[in-house]
Amino acid sequence: MRTFDYVTATDVTTALRTVAERPGAKFLGGGTNLVDLIRENVERPDVVVDVTRLPLTGIDELPGGGVRVGAGVRNSALAAHPLVRTRYPVLSQAVLNGASAQLRNMATVGGNLLQRTRCPYFYDTASPCAKREPGSGCGALGGITRDAAILGVSEHCVATHPSDMAVALAALDAVVEVESIRGTRRVPVLELYRPPGDTPHVETVLERDELITAVELPAADAAPRSRYRKVRDRASYAFALVSVAAALRLDGDTIVDARVALGGVAPLPWRAAEAERLLVGAPATEETFARAAEAELAAATPQHDNAFKVELARRTIVATLRELQEHAAAGSAA
Amino acid sequence: MAEVRLRVNGADRRLDIPPQVSLLDALREHLGLPGTKKGCDQGACGACTVLADGERINACLALTVQYADREITTIEGVDHPLQEAFVRHDGFQCGYCTSGQICSAIGMLAEHKDGMPSAVSEDPAAEGEELTDEEIRERMSGNICRCGAYNGVVEAVAEVVR
Ligand SMILES: Cc1cc2nc3c(=O)[nH]c(=O)nc-3n(C[C@H](O)[C@H](O)[C@H](O)COP(=O)(O)OP(=O)(O)OC[C@H]3O[C@@H](n4cnc5c(N)ncnc54)[C@H](O)[C@@H]3O)c2cc1C
Ligand code: SF4
Ligand code: FES
Ligand code: FES
Repeated sequence: MRTFDYVTATDVTTALRTVAERPGAKFLGGGTNLVDLIRENVERPDVVVDVTRLPLTGIDELPGGGVRVGAGVRNSALAAHPLVRTRYPVLSQAVLNGASAQLRNMATVGGNLLQRTRCPYFYDTASPCAKREPGSGCGALGGITRDAAILGVSEHCVATHPSDMAVALAALDAVVEVESIRGTRRVPVLELYRPPGDTPHVETVLERDELITAVELPAADAAPRSRYRKVRDRASYAFALVSVAAALRLDGDTIVDARVALGGVAPLPWRAAEAERLLVGAPATEETFARAAEAELAAATPQHDNAFKVELARRTIVATLRELQEHAAAGSAA
Repeated sequence: MAEVRLRVNGADRRLDIPPQVSLLDALREHLGLPGTKKGCDQGACGACTVLADGERINACLALTVQYADREITTIEGVDHPLQEAFVRHDGFQCGYCTSGQICSAIGMLAEHKDGMPSAVSEDPAAEGEELTDEEIRERMSGNICRCGAYNGVVEAVAEVVR
C-alpha cells in the first residue's frame, strides 16, 4: 500500500486549511471506503486529514421540527437515535440495510454520502474507466453490467451510486451543510450529485477542499410513515440491486403527499418525480401504484444483461407503496 | 513514520509505523497477536473483527493511527461464555472466521443491550426487540463463514442470550 501523511484535526479550521493548502489531500472519515480504494491504488492522496475527531458528532432537534445530524456521526449512531427512529424511520432502515454492523460502527455520515461506486471495473486498475482515469473509456460497457444503472446513465458511464442512506435522504429532501476556507453553503442532497455526462469522474458539485459538516432533515408530515425496502443477491451485507425509500400521507383513501426515491438503479440517489406526480391526488390503490412505477421506469435504458432491474424496480416500488398503504389503513382502523 | 500508542487487551503498546498500516497488520505483524484473521482485507468478510472501546469494527479497514489511545480487544484478550458455547454447538469447522465471529458476537450483544435496532426489526421506533434467530442472523451477517457453520453460530449465540 502506498504511503501518505496522516493529519488529525481537532478543529474545523485546521482541517479546512490543511486540505486547501495541499492539492493531494483528502478528508478521511471512517476510512471504510477510502482505505480500501487507496489499497487498490484507485485513490492516491498524499495526505489524509482525519475528520473523525472534529466536533461534528451531534444529532440535534431544530426549531420547527427538523433534525440536524453532524457529518461525523457514525452510521450506527444515526440509525439508533430516537429522533431518527421515530421521525424518519426510512432513514434508520436505510442505514441498517447498508454494509454490516462493523462497518456501520466505523462509517460516518459525510463519508457515506461521498463513497464511490462499486463498479468492479472502477476498482480494477487494469481496466479502462473514465471515472478513475478521465478519458480512458469504460470497461463495463460491453462487459458485465448486471449491477449497472438503468436510469440517468450516459454513454460514458453506467455505474450506480452505492449508498442506501443517500436514497432515504433524497426522499426526505435533506440538505447538506458544507464548509471551506471560502465560507459555508447549503446544498440539497438532490443537487449534490452530478449526472455522469461526459465527465463521470466529477461526481458531486463539491470542490475538493469542501468539508461536509452536517445534514439537515426538514420536518415532514409524511416522514413518520416511511419505509425502506432493499432487494439484493443475499439477505444481508450486500449492495442493492434495487432499493426504494418511500413515504405516503393519505386523506381517507386519497394520497396527499408521496415521496419515492430509488437506489441501485442510477448514478445518483434517484428521486422518482414522475411517480410522485401520478401518486398525489390519486386513490391509494394497487393500480395507482403500478401506473406510477411504470411511468417512472418508462425512461429506463438497461444494458444487455440487466433488464431484470426494470421489472424488479417496478415490483419493489409497488410492494413498498402497498406496505405503506396497508400500514396507514391499519393505523386509521385502530 | 508515526508513533502510535494503543491499549491492546489491557496493556499499553507503542508502535513506530507508517500511517498506511492497518490495525489488522499492526496486531498480527507488529504486536505478535495473530489471533485476529485476515480474510479479504477489504471489509467484506468480518474475519478481522476486533472491539474498539467495546464496539466491533473491521481491523482491515482501520488505519492504526486513527485508533491511537483507543482500547482494542482482540480474541487473545477475550474470556467469555460464547467461547465454550461455540465449541458445544459446533459454531465452526476450520475455525478461520471464529475469532472474528466471537468478537463480533460480543459487540452485538452490547449493541442489542443498548437498544440498537436491526434491518429485520419490525418497527424501527420500537425498543428492545427480542433476539430471535432471525435477529441473530441479521446482526451477525457481517461475519462470513466459508465453512457454512452458521447454524452452529446462531445456536451458540442464542444459548448465551437465553
Ligand atoms: C464490504 C462492504 C459492504 C458495504 N455495503 C454497503 C451497503 O450495502 N450499502 C451502503 O450504503 N454502503 C455500503 N458500504 C459502504 C459504506 O457505507 C461506506 O464505505 C461508508 O459509508 C463510508 O463512510 P466512511 O466514513 O468510512 O468514509 P471514508 O472511507 O472515510 O471516506 C469516503 C469518502 O468521503 C470523503 N469524506 C469523508 N468524510 C467527509 C466529509 N465530512 N466531508 C467531505 N468529504 C468527506 C473522503 O475523502 C472519501 O473520499 C459497504 C462497504 C463495504 C466495505
Ligand atoms: S461504468 Fe463508470 S465506473 Fe464503471 S468502468 Fe465504466 S466509467 Fe468506470
Ligand atoms: S479481513 Fe477485514 S473484513 Fe475481511
Ligand atoms: S469455520 Fe471455516 S470459515 Fe467459518
